[in-house]
Amino acid sequence: MSHDDKHVHTDACWDASEHSDGRDQAPESRIDEFIERSVLNAALGGDLTRRRFVEALGSSAVLAMVSQFFPVEDAKAMVKEAAGPIEKADLSIGFIPITCATPIIMAEPLGFYKRHGLNAKVRKAAGWAMVRDWSINKDVDAAHMLSPMPLSISLGAGSKEVPYYMPAVENINGQAITLANKHKGVKGPQDMKGFRFCVPFEYSMHNYLLRYYLAEGGIHPDKDVQIRVVPPPEMVANLKAGNVDGYLAPDPFNQRAVYENAGFIFKLSKEIWEGHPCCAFAISKEFAATNPNTFIALFRSIVDATHYAQDKSNRKDIAKAISPKNYLNQPVIVLEQVLTGRFADGLGGIQNVPDRIDFDPFPWHSMAVWILTQMKRWKHVEKEFDYQKVAKEVYLATQCAEISEELGYKSYGDTATTHVIMGKTFDPMKPEEYVKSFPISNLS
Amino acid sequence: MLPDPYRARILTVVIVGIALLVWHMATLAPSFDASGKSDDELMLMEFNGDIVRTEDGAYVYNPDKAQGLPGPWKVGEKAYAELSEAFHKKGTNDHGVAHLVFYTVLRFAAGFFAASVVAILLGVAVGLSPILFKALNPLIQLLKPISPLAWMPLLLYSVQDPTWTAILVVFMAALWPTVANTAFGVSSIRTDYLRVSSLLELGWFERLYKVVLPGAAPAIIAGLRIAFGSALVAVVPAEMLLGELGIGYLTWIEWNNLDISGVVFAILVVGVVGITLDSLFTQVSRLVTYPE
Repeated sequence: MSHDDKHVHTDACWDASEHSDGRDQAPESRIDEFIERSVLNAALGGDLTRRRFVEALGSSAVLAMVSQFFPVEDAKAMVKEAAGPIEKADLSIGFIPITCATPIIMAEPLGFYKRHGLNAKVRKAAGWAMVRDWSINKDVDAAHMLSPMPLSISLGAGSKEVPYYMPAVENINGQAITLANKHKGVKGPQDMKGFRFCVPFEYSMHNYLLRYYLAEGGIHPDKDVQIRVVPPPEMVANLKAGNVDGYLAPDPFNQRAVYENAGFIFKLSKEIWEGHPCCAFAISKEFAATNPNTFIALFRSIVDATHYAQDKSNRKDIAKAISPKNYLNQPVIVLEQVLTGRFADGLGGIQNVPDRIDFDPFPWHSMAVWILTQMKRWKHVEKEFDYQKVAKEVYLATQCAEISEELGYKSYGDTATTHVIMGKTFDPMKPEEYVKSFPISNLS
Repeated sequence: MLPDPYRARILTVVIVGIALLVWHMATLAPSFDASGKSDDELMLMEFNGDIVRTEDGAYVYNPDKAQGLPGPWKVGEKAYAELSEAFHKKGTNDHGVAHLVFYTVLRFAAGFFAASVVAILLGVAVGLSPILFKALNPLIQLLKPISPLAWMPLLLYSVQDPTWTAILVVFMAALWPTVANTAFGVSSIRTDYLRVSSLLELGWFERLYKVVLPGAAPAIIAGLRIAFGSALVAVVPAEMLLGELGIGYLTWIEWNNLDISGVVFAILVVGVVGITLDSLFTQVSRLVTYPE
């Protein structure tokens, strides 16, 4: 397997000095320099501007500026420590049985945790509140969460305030709006007045994308429709029983609704925002700080597994690996349709959308800022906060880029970018203006 | 003419047989009829897993996919599959049904035993002291009707551990009936007994052990019996809500996976566990009560 070869070559990466200029420096200071460079690179963006900027000011002055909003010393300590032995090899990781958790789950049967020196077991939870409580109460060491959750938990919204890290995004895309069969004539949001929808959690991309989609079509998500929080596995049963009109849910529950002949896939979430983040890998700052080596090994396993899942030729094997009762407990045929993107849509057609679900671990800071704007828009968080600061404290983009590069996968330049959502461009540097630009919101 | 117990058994078998037959008839699935369907439609149905091809090329409904409520045969197949792997452990989240029963019984036993000890002590204290009885009675009356599951979020928040929360939910469910019955039993012991014990100058512990507890035993056992039932009712939903491995969890996971024959099987397991524990309890209670 080519993957293994890649790994052999990358294992020596922290010692090899390909990232560093000073070959004869002590390894510690080389690592320091590497991290400082990555931080600067991440903060300042393109290489050319960075060089000019650094030449003009001197790198230590720039670093001092950058450190104000990025915990450089933390990152340094974290990576340097990782040279030592793993503190806690036996780990328990909470997950929700959905395809979004694919990298976290498959890392167990396909041996990604083992490869990075960990004996990690994944533990199935029945809902997001449960996974949140397990994680905060330390019943699990790390957890599969929705990408807004580490932000909301860090801000103390809908839970105790506990500082969280989101080292990696689990999947991008991978959700859909599924409607009950009786709504086959529906064209868009304007036909959805009075509908009852489900989303898996208050602080979820599902909720924010559904709200965004409805509001763009002139439907107020809190006044014109009902949105209920229901754990994903129960949504299909509710749809079948006629309790709800539809949901914006993670897969396989959109495909499962088609399989059960209960509904049809109305819109893939990638049609709302191509490449949006969905689920996430989350860990408390406390765990990362007390077990830095374990944390880095776990971080590597997750990034490694996520890149493996990105390769479409591995998707059928993955579907087989995660379908047993211990993991997703779903028919292989349903998982295959989700992961390969060749699926029955419930309207009598077979569609071919290879990136219906995709996997990319990079937690763009701009994604966090977008999520924060929506939390503000719908008054999910009422207190004031600094968008950029929260994004940078929670989403570990720089470290994710380092690890991705170290493992021999692609490198990422910036940590922020513009995103296009339903044709509208989002500039992460102007969040407040963005929030105020929506005619439908809970502010006013 | 057969003796009565045999006739009752035969009647049971007949009733079960009729019930199974009605169940079977009510859930008979129609066989798949491919006529009038185009090749495209058939291909789509096959792709979606509705139908599968048999060896001779004909289409039948996919036997792995539920078509309405499952019949007794399907549930039997499911039960056979589950029971033949009852002692397997396939990873963190897939433990055989025997393990699940064991976890539930353990959780139940821990909560029920702790509650019984606390409740009997509290009940004796309340029963022996009229002042304490008057003081605590309003509190007990207030706490008694609260559903044990209502305590769950608070317990989860304070003990921060789902296993202990489940045990404490059982504890809360089993506490009040025993307290109330013990207090009642102790306060209504014949005063003759107590007088005799003070004549004999028995010590406090001896009096408790030799007179009060045996005297109140029938009432205490009745209390334990009610507590036992309500704790058994509480343990299943607690597992469902907490995601703790056990038979409640089994029921919920099968429902989440929309495996209805699995749900029926899980319900039957709950029933069998309940009846077994109850008959064990009856045996034990016979040992400690005496005919008056």
